[in-house]
Amino acid sequence: MRLDLLKALNDERAARRGAVLVTDLADGTQRLVRENDVPDDALAAQLEAALRSGKSANVEVEGKSYFLNVQVPPVRFFVIGAVHISQALAPMAKIAGFDMTIIDPRTAFASPERFPDVRVIAEWPDIALGELKPDRYTAMAFFTHDPKIDDVGLKIALAAECFYIGALGSRKTHANRLARMRDAGFDDTQLARIHAPIGLDIGAVAPAEIAVSVLGEVILALRKKPLRAEKAQPAAEALP
Amino acid sequence: MLAADDDILAKAQAWKAEGRDVALATVIETWGSAPRPAGSHLVIDGEGNFLGSVSGGCVEGAVVTEAMDVIADAKPKLLEFGVADETAWRVGLSCGGRIKVYVEKVA
Repeated sequence: MRLDLLKALNDERAARRGAVLVTDLADGTQRLVRENDVPDDALAAQLEAALRSGKSANVEVEGKSYFLNVQVPPVRFFVIGAVHISQALAPMAKIAGFDMTIIDPRTAFASPERFPDVRVIAEWPDIALGELKPDRYTAMAFFTHDPKIDDVGLKIALAAECFYIGALGSRKTHANRLARMRDAGFDDTQLARIHAPIGLDIGAVAPAEIAVSVLGEVILALRKKPLRAEKAQPAAEALP
Repeated sequence: MLAADDDILAKAQAWKAEGRDVALATVIETWGSAPRPAGSHLVIDGEGNFLGSVSGGCVEGAVVTEAMDVIADAKPKLLEFGVADETAWRVGLSCGGRIKVYVEKVA
């Protein structure tokens, strides 16, 4: 790989833009196609499909063999609520390869002592998310249990079409939450994308166990279907 | 600490900036039960230091050895690994799948 292509690829990733490195396997020549340049490329159809699925693959076009090395932006994970579950989730999510940020306007919660080695922002979600700009490659979990804080961030997460949105709270709490969101103008298709009660149904009790169930649910949302081709469908009911 | 594939490309660039010789190995195709998907990277320096993975640890040693040649002559190589031949001391994938690995020099 030419060093300039490697640098360009790393620059695209740093800017959170998709890109595909195309290698002609017969002669080893390579080129980098940036997300915005895909429509004008000779391999537009193949590149588009590769970016949508996020999967690198070999393609045969007119008797030539190409390897498409796909790079989509690294997944970020924003957690609203610097609570006990978040303390357990932060190191786990880091090991699983997620870029974690924890947001909580309550400074007593959002203290560096409680969260070593994690980015913690002691701000209201609208302020923090205004800077961070969540997108489709972002997962968001809501743990504060305080509608004043959670709702602000939820609205932003829904509008940004985050690939995963999960909110802590019982079915009753969630029903009230949905009613507030409907009043704010969100329709049922959008609201069906909120995972609540949050986490995979593994019987988690302790904060760390809940963190595992949430991390598992995020991975499921990430890997089970293409990020970019989000089909609106009601969330599957958890098994009894 | 495990490294994500994007960290590995960043590391390839960083190693290069330190003046090291660097090769990059990429899984380009898999058949059957393969441990790492297409697009998985292993970065190797001229001293045999490496980061990342193209298998579950079954063939990395062989890939690193091949990468030394690629660093020396700058010609990319296409390697293929399948099930280890049980009668010979050849490396292979114990999971039963087959993978193709493209090894190239970063220059």
